[in-house]
Amino acid sequence: MTFDGWIQIALYCAVVLALVKPLGSYMTRVFTGERTFLSPVLGPIERGLYRVSGIDARQEQHWLAYTGAVILFHVLGFAVLYAILRLQAVLPLNPADQAAVAPDLAFNTSTSFITNTNWQSYGGETTLSYLSQMLGLTHQNFLSAATGIAVAVALIRGFARASTGTIGSFWVDVTRATLYVLLPICIPYTLFLVWQGIPQTLAPYADATTLEGAKQTIALGPVASQVAIKMLGTNGGGFFNANAAHPFENPTALSNFVQMVSIFVIGAALTNVFGRMVGDERQGWAILGAMGILFLAGVAVTYWAEANGSSVLNSFGLTGGNMEGKETRFGIAASALFAVITTAASCGAVNAMHDSFTALGGLIPLLNMQLGEIIIGGVGAGLYGMLIFVIVAIFVAGLMVGRTPEYLGKKIEAKEVKMAMLGILCLPLMMLGFTALATVLPAGLAGPANAGPHGFTEILYAYTSAAANNGSAFGGLTANTLFYNSTLAIGMLVGRFLVKIPVLAIAGSLAAKKRVPASAGTFPTHGGLFVGLLVGVILIIGGLTFFPSLALGPVAEHLEGAAGQTFAAGG
Amino acid sequence: MLRQLRPASVLLTALTVITGLAYPFAMTGLAGIIFPAKAAGSLIERGGTVVGSSLIGQNVTGANYFHGRPSATTATDPADATKTVPAPYNAANSAGSNLGPTSAALAERVTGDLASLKAENANDPVPVDLVTTSGSGLDPDISPAAAAFQVPRIAKARKIAEDKLRDLVASHTEGRMLGILGEPRVNVLVLNLALDDLVRR
Repeated sequence: MTFDGWIQIALYCAVVLALVKPLGSYMTRVFTGERTFLSPVLGPIERGLYRVSGIDARQEQHWLAYTGAVILFHVLGFAVLYAILRLQAVLPLNPADQAAVAPDLAFNTSTSFITNTNWQSYGGETTLSYLSQMLGLTHQNFLSAATGIAVAVALIRGFARASTGTIGSFWVDVTRATLYVLLPICIPYTLFLVWQGIPQTLAPYADATTLEGAKQTIALGPVASQVAIKMLGTNGGGFFNANAAHPFENPTALSNFVQMVSIFVIGAALTNVFGRMVGDERQGWAILGAMGILFLAGVAVTYWAEANGSSVLNSFGLTGGNMEGKETRFGIAASALFAVITTAASCGAVNAMHDSFTALGGLIPLLNMQLGEIIIGGVGAGLYGMLIFVIVAIFVAGLMVGRTPEYLGKKIEAKEVKMAMLGILCLPLMMLGFTALATVLPAGLAGPANAGPHGFTEILYAYTSAAANNGSAFGGLTANTLFYNSTLAIGMLVGRFLVKIPVLAIAGSLAAKKRVPASAGTFPTHGGLFVGLLVGVILIIGGLTFFPSLALGPVAEHLEGAAGQTFAAGG
Repeated sequence: MLRQLRPASVLLTALTVITGLAYPFAMTGLAGIIFPAKAAGSLIERGGTVVGSSLIGQNVTGANYFHGRPSATTATDPADATKTVPAPYNAANSAGSNLGPTSAALAERVTGDLASLKAENANDPVPVDLVTTSGSGLDPDISPAAAAFQVPRIAKARKIAEDKLRDLVASHTEGRMLGILGEPRVNVLVLNLALDDLVRR
């Protein structure tokens, strides 16, 4: 670890923190329907969209109608994307003559993009046409992110309102998230990325003659416009196979820094939106504080592990840390930081290959996802995931003092706690259940590229990433098979909807409740005690659920590596 | 839910057109006007032919050039389409090695690379980036130490004074961005082109 590395990490945290309040204030105005400085330009477009779609912007929805709209939007989005991928060979903008995407891969990829997972069973430059990248993937990058923000805002309304039957209009929320939040940031952001060197062209792949006379085909495309939303919307699906490690997706240390900021910025600002809408900004800061503690702990472990180097490299006396799978321009610090950010949020973009991380360096990204990506988290998904844990933490606190738990003046009762536990428990069921299945079936065991505990971790990482809707991978796993494409897609669907639907049910139930005035017995939820309790509950639930699987994978590998053991694949 | 079908389908179509067509097309147009060279992939031309992109590394193996890092990219086997063969710096199929920290294959590869590097320069310690593959397999850069390590070999092959090469490396070394971000590095293709110019002069 170097001093300069820690300065980069400190600078990163400072920039994200500085953006929380201004963006939180702006987004609060957007989702409470107030005028913003962009309203003169976007207002007419917004009203035009409502008119052609037959939407009455003042018509709010009951939570069931809101949920129905969410599901319908996903189903139709899936159909559009699936059709584009299957038909890309006959559609325009296909200069590299890509064939139609195979049915199981198209199913996996469509599921992956509507659920904001963006798992890459596909290899961008070898599988997808420019039209598929733009009309298929870029548009779902926007809409799956907008949907996540909408659901989070609906849940916030549940806490903020009292004695009402509605939680807002999904159509209005998704439109405003796209038009007022995502697009206005993406436009200057795209131009910044092109300035840093990311291509943005519809020209075919370039043919170069290298210094030694060989032919090199260089894949190009409309990359910058997709990378901007892939980061901002915590989608993470790469234009290229190597994702943000590819010099055309992330050409400089500055583009890397700004991409890392853009992964966290909306998720972090949503905690401020939460605080403002429930009428007490301190509530938002408390949640952000709990996220920050978990984040910094993760960064410290991964940076330390990667800077120390892997057992194999160290055995040759090489110094300078574990550079296998990392890019020179980023080095150890910016690669370790990126890995923790991308898995704390549900982004899943990678600027270094996680599969080649040290055992403990790779454990943190895995654990981040297993905890449900609540450390800032996916846009929207992180906040509502964290609020589920808040409900459980409040419930635990209530049990300790023998009092009906309350949060922000709302009684937390059996229904909310049951729904919260459903949202929490569906993730380990998918992650651990499918991992167990894959480790006994020949089709599953055919996947890993590495042998020994690392091979097990490759499988565990895949199902964890899918169910948590992350999308990053231990890329050695051969996942573009019928078995993995299908089971991973099921994991993504369950991980998305069995969290979203309980969250909306909680939102509806809370919105209908009366507000209980605070009394001397009310547990304050804006102070250090509450933050400590919340972090404790998260670590206990996560630790108890996942420690055995981590012990079999990364922990075992770390101990074997320390003893000088290596594992030969196929042996 | 049927009542919602119209808002869902019309809104989805409209937002798809805005975000999937209007936005990328507008960005492509704007980027092409403001940053034409970068939007096209930062391609470098010499004498009318494209010799590469300044952002994409190349597979260079001759003793008279600086070499980039090992690359794990592959290509389809021309003899059997279901298999792949190693194809370093294949810029149409980016990939890392994905070898884990306890991989025997990684240990074997590093052993081989170390032996050949020590044969060309026994005096300096081998920089870690010269025996590790990058995440993309297309890393355009090496560390300044990795460039310095190769100077004796190139000096011998080209019969140039080592000091001249060291000056060339120093003038092509980029520091951390804004003094803080990333790591110091040398762009291998740009350095090699400058090396050719140096000899020609």
